[in-house]
Amino acid sequence: MKAKKPKLAVFKLASCDGCQLSLLDCEDELLAVAGAVEIAYFLEATSRIVKGPYDLTLVEGSITTEHDAERLRQIRKQSKKLITIGACATAGGIQALRNFADVAEYARVVYARPDTLKTLATSTPVAAHVAVDYELRGCPVDKRQLLEVLNAFLNGRPPRIGSHSVCLDCKRKGTVCVMVAHGTPCLGPVTHSGCGALCPSYTRGCFGCFGPSASAHPAALRPALTQLGKTEAEVARLYATFNAAAPAFAAEHQTLAKRKEPTT
Amino acid sequence: MTQNARTIKVDFLARVEGEGALTIRYKGNEPKSVELVIFEPPRFFEGFLRGRSQLEVPDITARICGICPVAYQMSSCHAIENAAGACITPEIRALRRLLYCGEWIESHVLHMFMLHAPDFLGYPDAITMAKDHGDLVKASLRIKKAGNAIVNLLGGREIHPINVCVGGFYRAPTPSELRTLVPELMWSKTALAELMPTLAGLPFPDFERPVELVSLKHPDEYPFNEGRLVSNRGLDISVHEYERHFEEQHVAHSTALHSVHLGHGPYVVGPLARFNLCFDQLRPFAKRAAEAASLVPPLLNPFKTLLVRGVETLHALDEAIAIIEAYRQPASARVEVPVRAAVGMAATEAPRGTLYHRYQVDAQGLIEDAKITPPTSQNQKSIEDDLFAIAKRLPEMSHDAATKLAEQTVRNYDPCISCSTHFLRVRLEHE
Repeated sequence: MKAKKPKLAVFKLASCDGCQLSLLDCEDELLAVAGAVEIAYFLEATSRIVKGPYDLTLVEGSITTEHDAERLRQIRKQSKKLITIGACATAGGIQALRNFADVAEYARVVYARPDTLKTLATSTPVAAHVAVDYELRGCPVDKRQLLEVLNAFLNGRPPRIGSHSVCLDCKRKGTVCVMVAHGTPCLGPVTHSGCGALCPSYTRGCFGCFGPSASAHPAALRPALTQLGKTEAEVARLYATFNAAAPAFAAEHQTLAKRKEPTT
Repeated sequence: MTQNARTIKVDFLARVEGEGALTIRYKGNEPKSVELVIFEPPRFFEGFLRGRSQLEVPDITARICGICPVAYQMSSCHAIENAAGACITPEIRALRRLLYCGEWIESHVLHMFMLHAPDFLGYPDAITMAKDHGDLVKASLRIKKAGNAIVNLLGGREIHPINVCVGGFYRAPTPSELRTLVPELMWSKTALAELMPTLAGLPFPDFERPVELVSLKHPDEYPFNEGRLVSNRGLDISVHEYERHFEEQHVAHSTALHSVHLGHGPYVVGPLARFNLCFDQLRPFAKRAAEAASLVPPLLNPFKTLLVRGVETLHALDEAIAIIEAYRQPASARVEVPVRAAVGMAATEAPRGTLYHRYQVDAQGLIEDAKITPPTSQNQKSIEDDLFAIAKRLPEMSHDAATKLAEQTVRNYDPCISCSTHFLRVRLEHE
């Protein structure tokens, strides 16, 4: 007798599509994944829609409209387990830059008739609205980690994903420290592991795509970054990107924004 | 479609990037209006760019689109280098072309086999299609992977690459690293060339609509990163003149901004435009494959863009191999990019068509103003025009078949709705 396959759903909120594309980028594993689950809702990949409830739901994107907030509550009701994929769903993403500015001003810059827009003043993570069973980080997520999370949830075990900093991964990989060896400013000491310590292996400083690590303390890193030539305004901007609203990063760029000298 | 039906409505378009809907309204059997509704939430990228350093731009604009981040990075880099008056070296230029080949391969193959082919073969998706056409789907995944492998090696990862910077790259690969890509590129080239006759035999609807086609054109090569903007109706301008000829307009029947060629109207960018305007610049291998499949300009059937994407993929595979074989590691992976107050612009050819960027930079190297015009913005009016033309045929079909053909008409353009939502006027139309 064949056991019934778990139903997988993939939903999108405000986002670039990249994290759900990561699933389609698993060229070697895609057919195996599709064999292990019933793909019940995944608009980017299929026009077939199966009604919920869903055993496992992946959500990409942040909440930036009242409509999406309501949609998300419906998605949660339909989902036994709900996993957020990527920086938008997990931390509000780059859209959360509006949380620290005047959204009406942004709207005027981009849209000719901003009065016709329906948008919230903030971009918030999924967990600010509904209960979340697991948050996978990254802008974008790492596809090996995505497969690990799927595997773990389908087999009822916790995902084997660390919350340490990128620094540790560089040491494991044997990548020479770009700060020490080249004097390149790097957010590795405060950034969550997951990318495979990518940037330093390309002689580039980490720029924080995966958000803060579990014990991140950006204020302690600040002197090292400024000694290597970054101005405080530049350090602030370094944290104000794809995880701008993640608490540890937000605290640092907001502290620095307040200290910023008024421009003459 | 039943006699009393008056509307064809698709609430959630599937197998496109991003979320949109489609409504065709009829009076009797005559189509009255067509709307491609974008209900992705608005995003504010041009706003976010203000006050950022010119060096931060390619990492930020990449996040507009997870499907074609390389295109955003390329247009950003070229536009800022243009503002700064920086000139890249031939080696960096070749590496950028190689990176773009990778994105074209993975994006085109994704669209051809996973988003578009299921329409023609009658499946909801490629995974279901794999049950009957396993070899086809497996081969396509392997070709897609060969493209992604280029982006992965040269860019660091497939989505939002980290190795691209204004002026070039953080690290240039060694020749031996690049050579590891060649066997799979060779395999892909042969495999796709062998698949082309099968693809050419798909049931393409007989449909043509005269349109203005616009793309970059370079005298010696199929366009990626540079060229003049030309059209089949006499346009021939430098990219710097773009905004004097093209404008985003508010159209009365729609809530979305449409890009139009001033004095001419709607136009089409993307594979169909490039193929018709730059056929002679295709690499001989790709040109022969096109001719073998009876594909020669003028080709105006948008359903056949599936085949044109195949030809462009063959071109990109062949070009990638040639670039790797001729590659010499540059002494420096990037050139210095000076800071000066200036305006710079550039257009490059994203998989979906011409992607125009303009940046105004201040004396400190901070962005004062940004303008980004993605391909889907430029194609949107033409997609609606295609739908209007095809809508006349739909009343004779079953509602299900009519809806499918309407959706397929949108899918011809591989529209990227995620990209489009930082510039499209958004209408939230939900029930």
